Amino acid sequence: MELNAHIPSGPLEKKWDKHRFDEKLVNPNNKRKYKVIMVGSGLAGASACASLAELGYEVACFCYQDSPRRAHSIAAQGGINAAKNYRNDGDSIQRLFYDTIKGGDFRAREANVYRLAQISSNIIDQCVAQGVPFAREYGGLLDNRSFGGAQVSRTFYARGQTGQQLLLGAYQALERQVGLKAIQMYTRHEMQEVIVVDGVAKGIVTRDMVTGEFEAHVADAVVLATGGYGNVFYLATYAKGCNTTAIWRAYQKGAAFANPCYTQIHPTCIPVTGDHQSKLTLMSESLRNDGRIWVPKKAGDKRPADQIPEDERDYYLERKYPSYGNLAPRDIASRAAKQVCDDGRGVGETGLGVYLDLSEATRRIGLHKIEEKYGNLLEMYDRITGEDPYKTPMRIYPASHYTMGGLWVDYNLMTTVPGLFCMGEANFSDHGANRLGASALMQGLSDGYFVLPATIAPYLAGIKPGARIKLDAPEVKAAEQATVTRQNKLFAIKGKQTPTEFHRKLGKIMWEFCGMARNESGLKEALKQIPELREQFHHDLALPGSGSEVNQTLELAGRVADFLDLGELMCLDALERRESCGGHFREEWQTEEGEAKRDDDHFCHVAAWEYMGAGQTPKRNVEELSFDNVHLATRSYK
Amino acid sequence: MSKTIDITLHVWRQKNAAAPGAFVDYQAKGVSTEMSFLEMLDVVNEDLIHNGGDPIVFDHDCREGICGACNLVINGRPHGPRERTTTCQLHMRSFEDGASITIEPVRAEAFPVIKDLMVNRDAFDRIIQAGGFISVPTGCSVEANATQVPKQNADLAMDAAACIGCGACVAACPNASAMLFVAAKISHLALLPQGQPERYTRARAMVNQMDAEGFGTCTNHGECEAACPKGITLENIARMNRDFIKASLTFRPEVSGSGGA
Repeated sequence: MELNAHIPSGPLEKKWDKHRFDEKLVNPNNKRKYKVIMVGSGLAGASACASLAELGYEVACFCYQDSPRRAHSIAAQGGINAAKNYRNDGDSIQRLFYDTIKGGDFRAREANVYRLAQISSNIIDQCVAQGVPFAREYGGLLDNRSFGGAQVSRTFYARGQTGQQLLLGAYQALERQVGLKAIQMYTRHEMQEVIVVDGVAKGIVTRDMVTGEFEAHVADAVVLATGGYGNVFYLATYAKGCNTTAIWRAYQKGAAFANPCYTQIHPTCIPVTGDHQSKLTLMSESLRNDGRIWVPKKAGDKRPADQIPEDERDYYLERKYPSYGNLAPRDIASRAAKQVCDDGRGVGETGLGVYLDLSEATRRIGLHKIEEKYGNLLEMYDRITGEDPYKTPMRIYPASHYTMGGLWVDYNLMTTVPGLFCMGEANFSDHGANRLGASALMQGLSDGYFVLPATIAPYLAGIKPGARIKLDAPEVKAAEQATVTRQNKLFAIKGKQTPTEFHRKLGKIMWEFCGMARNESGLKEALKQIPELREQFHHDLALPGSGSEVNQTLELAGRVADFLDLGELMCLDALERRESCGGHFREEWQTEEGEAKRDDDHFCHVAAWEYMGAGQTPKRNVEELSFDNVHLATRSYK
Repeated sequence: MSKTIDITLHVWRQKNAAAPGAFVDYQAKGVSTEMSFLEMLDVVNEDLIHNGGDPIVFDHDCREGICGACNLVINGRPHGPRERTTTCQLHMRSFEDGASITIEPVRAEAFPVIKDLMVNRDAFDRIIQAGGFISVPTGCSVEANATQVPKQNADLAMDAAACIGCGACVAACPNASAMLFVAAKISHLALLPQGQPERYTRARAMVNQMDAEGFGTCTNHGECEAACPKGITLENIARMNRDFIKASLTFRPEVSGSGGA
């Protein structure tokens, strides 16, 4: 497999401009003759749909939810980064670029990240113009706050619900185009298959989740904006419906899957309470602006927080990382939390938790200000735990939150299957081995509003207008048949265990062996257990009802089947990456102080996995990463 | 501290939009009070699957109170007994041991039942399509800080924009009115300078679409405000009414131009 990233030549800061000038455009009168299929309606999908429709393309958008407004981008809390330098604190495109490259532990592409930093400012302008109600100061200008991994204040926010407001902005832009009949919106539709003709993506097959009907849809290009695969851990901060099916099907049709082992475990989530737990809820990283993280100094200290005197508390992030303190990047803060809990110093009933304490900040800036900044988050904590975070420190613990890995894409966001593009969390491109806070929203909207609408043009310009494949073509019929066969197989099993039970078991394996810390023997154990579990799944799945109605158990079964395959690839990737970097921590590669130790001589590359057929070991292809503009350094947040 | 309770559920079951529905009783024993309401339903559903039954269908997704997918009517109240709490954030500690809990879908003509507790809320999307936006194509924006927005307006706009589109307001209203939902969007955009050019056309278009969808009118019961999990206030309806009246009185059909050179 050839991995050509198509990075434009020339100096870093000129690449994007040059690229847009060099590439072919589509004549305005021809745009309406091209149809683009978008799968997913989150920040990336909705913003791209609106932008493509505004340009004049015909767009069809699919989402599994009942409305595009429910995509899980809506749950992002903290904020969105942009190199505006409104604080006059030394920010610049170069600094945002550098922070993002360093935060990703030097495992992202320079050219992509630089473009992201360049576009960041335009995103804020666009969103403000749409009426996104960002937080403002008394003078009426936009406010900022700080986020992990940065020493400047460049994060724009809308209380603790920035993702909601950005998504509603994109959703409204999308619905405007639906009203103008420029976008056909298909809600409650789940993508089941990619239609590939002579190696080129030409459409998709979907299942109507109300009637159960399979439908083929053809177009000139297909874009996947289907989010991350962190639900492979079962317990995660993702929405229950988030899944890997769309990108997994693309992988099986020839799209390389890059760095599947790069997953982000977020340090500040509400801890698990019991076996019934169905998901975990995040407490925004923004709380680390004012909250101090601590555990008792003594192992086994079970006194309530308010009875532990100041000098018997260990503010371990401030102690270990004095210059970044509580704002250390997520991977580092998560591992530090795991370490203190492994030492027996965790808090709460289960001992799997650390305190996030706002009491000092409350004394410093006042209860009113804390309420204004974090009110909705603290209310959410109270709802879930039954505890008042204004009175007792919150308990938090790391949880699966984001996946940096995803489909391999070139500079144009095209996968290794021509005509198949991938955006947002679903692709692998911009965050390397660890994503900094407030960068996901930036990437989703950068891809959707600005990058894809530009980079899809040269691809479409190369296709004859109106040369779309017919719905009765043999490739279309074959793709439809494949989905029917797959579903019938699930119904034929007639076993005893529910999809949720399998999902939980898979999650346990992944969390234990491919979670915050990984090692060779554990990964090999997981690679033994996952195929066994998959075997059980295909022989003992209980599936009620039929395929011709609303059947939420069927939906889940299909997703779990794909997670079982993906989990195996993640473990394989983690095993083969014999180094530690960002969120991928191999216990064999650590410094004396327990920090991640990269091996730039052997692993300064992207691992892009190629599907070789069912039951075959996938092939590991490599895209070398070169750093011409930043110095490859050991990350230090001390 | 966690404890367990035994409860009886009366759940509305309906095969599809055309079929008649009915209440069916289920016993749920040993329910941990640490469970969320939806986790309790998950457990009931797992039992149903194990016993060859048909699990209860309900909409849900983020399970952290922000996506607006869940919208169960619990003991006659949208999202249940706790104020400013979505169904997914409601926890079983809000119920007593031995409690009897009735669970129904939202009942409104504009929100037809799809199956069991799942309803079709496409009408909300169509109301947004009619005018719930600011027409600013990508790339047409100016520098973000070029327009200052008084903090109070920004905060009030944010209060209104916090609506999650769950439909609790419709469920709570004796007239099945969608006024609070529509007013929240109209207010959000009308309070910002960016929303001014389309302010009155937007109010008129959205209200007209709301009427066309078959939602009832507002008769000032205030049930919507009490049921709203995000605390959207009635003040927004007053703001919408002012804008709608002005829009109706000043309405002029579009004038077509004579074309350029």
